[in-house]
Amino acid sequence: MATGRPSTVYLWELAWILPSIALPVGMLAALAVTAFGAGINVTGDQGRIDPTKVAEHALFKEPGVSEIAPGQYEVRLTGQIWSFAPAEIRVPAGSTVHFWATSKDLVHGLFVPRHDVNVMLLPGQIAHAQARFDTPGEYPIICHEYCGVAHHTMAGKIIVEARK
Amino acid sequence: MTRVEERLAAANVIVALVALFGGVVTGLFQALEYAGVEIYPSLAPVIHSHYHSVTMHGVLNVLVFTTFFICGFLPFIFSRSLQAPLASPHLGWVTFWLMAAGLVLAAIPLVGNAATVMFTFYPPLKAHWAFYVGLTLVVVGTWLVTLNLVLTWRAWRARNPGQRTPLAAFMSLVTFVMWTLASLGLAAEMLVLVIPWSIGLVSGTDALLARTLFWFTGHPIVYFWLLPAYISWYTLVPRQAGGKLFSDPMARTSFVLFLVLSTPIGIHHQYTDPGIHQGWKLLHALLTFAVFFPSLLTFFNVTASLETAGRARGATGWLNWFTKLPWGDPSLAAQVLAMVLFAFGGIGGLINASFNVNMVVHNTAYIVGHLHLTVGTAVALTFMGISYWLVPHLAGRALWSRGLALAQVWLWFGGMLIFSPTLHELGLRGMPRRTAIGHISYMQPQWKTLLPLVGIGGAILFLSALLFFLNMVLTATVARRAPQPVPEFADTVSGPDHAPAFVDRWQPWLATAIILIVIAYGPTLVRLAVTTPLTTPGLRVW
Repeated sequence: MATGRPSTVYLWELAWILPSIALPVGMLAALAVTAFGAGINVTGDQGRIDPTKVAEHALFKEPGVSEIAPGQYEVRLTGQIWSFAPAEIRVPAGSTVHFWATSKDLVHGLFVPRHDVNVMLLPGQIAHAQARFDTPGEYPIICHEYCGVAHHTMAGKIIVEARK
Repeated sequence: MTRVEERLAAANVIVALVALFGGVVTGLFQALEYAGVEIYPSLAPVIHSHYHSVTMHGVLNVLVFTTFFICGFLPFIFSRSLQAPLASPHLGWVTFWLMAAGLVLAAIPLVGNAATVMFTFYPPLKAHWAFYVGLTLVVVGTWLVTLNLVLTWRAWRARNPGQRTPLAAFMSLVTFVMWTLASLGLAAEMLVLVIPWSIGLVSGTDALLARTLFWFTGHPIVYFWLLPAYISWYTLVPRQAGGKLFSDPMARTSFVLFLVLSTPIGIHHQYTDPGIHQGWKLLHALLTFAVFFPSLLTFFNVTASLETAGRARGATGWLNWFTKLPWGDPSLAAQVLAMVLFAFGGIGGLINASFNVNMVVHNTAYIVGHLHLTVGTAVALTFMGISYWLVPHLAGRALWSRGLALAQVWLWFGGMLIFSPTLHELGLRGMPRRTAIGHISYMQPQWKTLLPLVGIGGAILFLSALLFFLNMVLTATVARRAPQPVPEFADTVSGPDHAPAFVDRWQPWLATAIILIVIAYGPTLVRLAVTTPLTTPGLRVW
């Protein structure tokens, strides 16, 4: 072993250091591909909304579902203690659903398991999420952020109907 | 017990362990609730709801137990490492009593169900002001610990010019300096937003600004919990195992990287928050992957150190050095098992950090499973392992029962092997966290089958914790009186003279840390601070 030099890097240290760099770099590259290649992205900055005047905002005057193009649906949704409006969403199988959502009071969550819909509803912010619903069935919409003593009752559902 | 460092350590550790007791009792309630046991009605006068229980569990375990244990253990080990007394014992006691006063102030509304806001206390949830003021006093106390360590180190430097700072002292100092820098976000949230609002000086608040300041501190706080465990793994465990620390230069380098990289990554907790542009989220993902590097260095270095121990004890094969470790020592067994589970916690953490992949796990039971491997095992089981020599030393009595301690350690490991993977899997199946799962209206069949395992794992963990407290109490009161040694610091295979001198220089690393924080947080925080009207009213809804 070399001694007395100001610094020493042994081969077995290097044999660990280099893969330790390669591993996270490789994973980062993989997630960049899925985010920008496959378009699976997280929510961004969609602008502020006055949390005390949500009902006056163009998006949230009438919470609900509308078809904006063939196979493309827009959901305008609000979260409030302890419910979602609308609480039930119906779309045909194979639809892409664009969620625009906000909170009227506390921090809530908008979570549809296994469908790329996982976003926080913050009072003062407009959230966005987008997902495809291919398989007919009933899926829960869950508030996954603690919002008070009846938090566990805050849920809705998406009903994906088979195409006739 | 004569030295003031020991009395200070004892005072802090007593508070820490009392808090941990409250934390594990409330933990049991939640595990049983998940498993479908109607527990809360019978606890009604004391525990007001599942959420009251979850809040106490979080605050007592991750805020009180960790902070007080660290403020007891690190100054003690720091002073031993420098072979110098603390610069100001007086300041040490002022700090302890300030933190204790803060704790009492926060505990009154916490226990009284006036602060059922989780340990993350996201506004507009509005707790009693005493909760926020009390927690802030605890944070201020930790800054005073930093001050005492810095003063002690400077005095040591003046007496030992040109000498390399011993590894344990260097690491302890890095931990507290990193924390002090990182805690500025929480301090700003408390002093500017939350406290004026909770006492009625301002009428509104803002959720996103508060969350961004909270997570500025909320991620590095996990390194504040973890680095003291690393310090034990690096500087004490190799010798407890019968070997040497493999590489002092790599150990120093990893801590310098934690100083630089711990803070500018907090937005990885906010990938799903609207109001922050994806570009900033991606930058924080990149830097989070960078901080994985010093963790991997630690993993290699500590494992290689254990290998030197196994070989010194006669192992010759590829892997039997692991079985040759002195498993009969509960302090060592606890810490090695903590390391084993932490490896999985680290891998899971990478998934959480992975930007869009985070959408699969964010705010699900997966996160709970992850946190119980990291702070709930890597940190908690290591601190229990440290307690197995520290408490006997401080009490001047032998450990009451080594066999009971070994049983406790393996029960924790076994209980966690059931508890944590079950919660990870439930999260992948879409079950939310922090929710009274026993009472949800949207129960899914694929969750229901696994929920009993949460109860069983949690009950085993609770039993393990009871054995730990029994042993600690009996050690401190009735065990045989005899002076108990503190583990000596480990020798090294590759020593500090192999590390470049610039590793120990503070200015360049602190400057890099601050520059990275300004780049990663500056634009977002300035934009939010300038453009956010504080108009959201607070609510008490529990």
